Amino acid sequence: MARFLCRDCLRDAESDAARRCPVCGGPRLLSHPERDLLTIAHVDCDAFYATIEKRDDPALRNRPVIVGGGKRGVVSTACYIARTYGVRSAMPMFKALDACPDAVVIKPDMEKYVAVGREVRRMMQELTPLVQPLSIDEAFLDLSGTQDLHRAPPAFVLADFARRVEKEIGITLSVGLSHNKFLAKIASDLDKPRGFSIVGRAETLDFLADKPLSILPGVGRAAAARYERAGLRRIADLRERDAASLLRDLGNDGLRLRALANGIDERRVTPDREAKTISAETTFNEDIADMATLVPLLMRLSEKVAARLRKQDLAGRSVTLKLKTAQFELRTRTRGGLAPTQLSMRIFEVARDLLGREIDGVKFRLIGVGAGDLAPGSDADKGDLVDVGVAREVARETAIDRLREKFGSDAIQRGAVFDSRRR
Amino acid sequence: MRVTVERAALVRALSHVHRVVERRTTIPILSNVLLRSDAGGLRLKATDLDLEVIETAPAEVAQPGATTVPAHTLHDIVRKLPDGAQVSLETTGDAGQMQLRSGRSRFTLQTLPETDFPDIAAGEMSHRFAIAADSLRQLIGRTQFAISQEETRYYLNGIFAHTIESEGATVLRMVATDGHRLARVEAPAPAGSGGMPGVIIPRKAVNEIQKLIEGRDGDVSIELSPTKIRVTVGETVLTSKLIDGTFPDYQRVIPAGNDKRLIVDRAEFTAAVDRVSTISSERGRAVKLSIGDGKITLSVTNPDSGSATEEVEADYDSAPLDIGFNARYLLDITAELDGDTTLFRLAEPGSPTIIQDRENAPALYVLMPMRV
Repeated sequence: MARFLCRDCLRDAESDAARRCPVCGGPRLLSHPERDLLTIAHVDCDAFYATIEKRDDPALRNRPVIVGGGKRGVVSTACYIARTYGVRSAMPMFKALDACPDAVVIKPDMEKYVAVGREVRRMMQELTPLVQPLSIDEAFLDLSGTQDLHRAPPAFVLADFARRVEKEIGITLSVGLSHNKFLAKIASDLDKPRGFSIVGRAETLDFLADKPLSILPGVGRAAAARYERAGLRRIADLRERDAASLLRDLGNDGLRLRALANGIDERRVTPDREAKTISAETTFNEDIADMATLVPLLMRLSEKVAARLRKQDLAGRSVTLKLKTAQFELRTRTRGGLAPTQLSMRIFEVARDLLGREIDGVKFRLIGVGAGDLAPGSDADKGDLVDVGVAREVARETAIDRLREKFGSDAIQRGAVFDSRRR
Repeated sequence: MRVTVERAALVRALSHVHRVVERRTTIPILSNVLLRSDAGGLRLKATDLDLEVIETAPAEVAQPGATTVPAHTLHDIVRKLPDGAQVSLETTGDAGQMQLRSGRSRFTLQTLPETDFPDIAAGEMSHRFAIAADSLRQLIGRTQFAISQEETRYYLNGIFAHTIESEGATVLRMVATDGHRLARVEAPAPAGSGGMPGVIIPRKAVNEIQKLIEGRDGDVSIELSPTKIRVTVGETVLTSKLIDGTFPDYQRVIPAGNDKRLIVDRAEFTAAVDRVSTISSERGRAVKLSIGDGKITLSVTNPDSGSATEEVEADYDSAPLDIGFNARYLLDITAELDGDTTLFRLAEPGSPTIIQDRENAPALYVLMPMRV
């Protein structure tokens, strides 16, 4: 006899080899010998952007939907119907449309997705304070010690959470439950969409043995190819090697991967991953080589970065300029040692100076600017012996923030940016 | 070109010019030193396009001529030759090489044509004056530490030099600031310097000038135009571009209303600051000065490692005041002062403080406080 949790009615029933819930008749039964012992979860929304678009326009429900675009766009998210045609994330749009000509293409509405992502996160935080967001639509949750609070083991709490998100927000998600982060993350992917998978301690080694190395965190395509040359293809191959030979072939990575291969991952779920940099970037519709066209874009990005710094009460002590050439060569240039600032003009002036040194006729497809080496906002823009105009600049930018908050981001523009838009 | 030079003379000349040559440069000829021999001896010249140094070494010239060879390599070779060695340099016409021979050593160096060697076209110099090496040493040495390293405000990356009327006399003033501290040092204006343009001498030139006048007596000749400076010290001629920018109006930075006067024993104060700052962290080395009747209490608190306090006697009779300074900056300044006592003129915890040997001393420093 085993216990089954029905993910539709949340009833916990006992039966042998049930296929459907004896109470509601639902087919989504969750059963696992360690079900009530595991506490680390990874929650991942299903085709997040596409699902939100389908929620907001029911006419799209049974059609292939691709979110992404722009003139040179790539697929951000493809719904599960589009995926059956072979459409994948990061695929160039023209390829995606070759594969699935009937797809409805929707331009991303990031503001909307961020808002939905926040709602989901807020609901996660009602379950446990230990929520570690990985991106807008996925997070790790550590539910250790919450059983008494919820009067239910984590598996119930998570099934209930998934059901409530569907009902209250109108999107679906998948849950992976295990005894550490990397296994939870693998589990959440096993049974998507609307999935719930459990990887227990007892089965960990068998479960991993035949999986390719690429499921391990930090192993991308290039690394996987390198490891394969070292004779490592399946996770079991890692276990058969001794530490010394792995250290020799793969360096410190080898030891980390070996621990993972044995199901060991000691990383904690840490809720406050402090921002290391705050940045903004934009990809152009057409490649740009000249300073005069880039400067207004740079100013607008600097304003974005500065506004985010102020919002998060941080100040940057370094400025990084990021450029990507038409040939996809990445150039980043950083200047550090600055007085902590959250002023767009300060960030802009440094970035413009860095940009001036890169202008050499090469065409760029992307420009970005970031503030790093972050300090508390209270240290920002104190001025110094020479820097006497800073108080006025702070007053000016604070006023601009307030106007934008009240009347929208286009309500007030710097002249240089305004001109470039009109052109 | 065929010429014989004494090793010591060549080492001395090369040691001055090779520092100008950047270790990493994208223009090959900038790695080279230009050698030109004529009736005056052997002339050596190096440049980084902003700064050039020309040296002369006495030499026996068998055949006048010119070439360029890698500067650091030549310097390293000559340095390793034995004391008292004679060095002969000879270009071999066809292959573009130079042979260096000394005793039983023999080197062949690849050359680049001297006609390709860049020249900082100095143009006409509008002002010319001589200044005592010691006076220049004071002016530069006591301001140099305050030069800013920050590239964005490039106009602070040097020493601002100009002449000005002060108390009825013309003085030559040098000023440097990085925004946190400002150094202003003056000396009686040398004859001929009056009315010179205000110029910003870049940091690298300042460093080189300082090395050239190290241990020198006598006069140094200075020539100026609005874009260039040339300093001649003995046989060495240094020409540098000036920073093309406007130095901020530093007079506005020097507070006029600081009426709280504090006098301390310089050595005692410096040692105490140095001691208590041992406990401070690398970043934000703040030392707090609690100034009261007849004494200062210096204190440093570092949440990671502990705290330190020390009392120093002081001559002070204004209202008690607590003020914080970066310990490193404070020590930089007291190291450049030379009186037995040091005078602080303060206003309030948030405003810049003036530090001097005494009222109207030739060196004046302004220091921004830190929050403590």
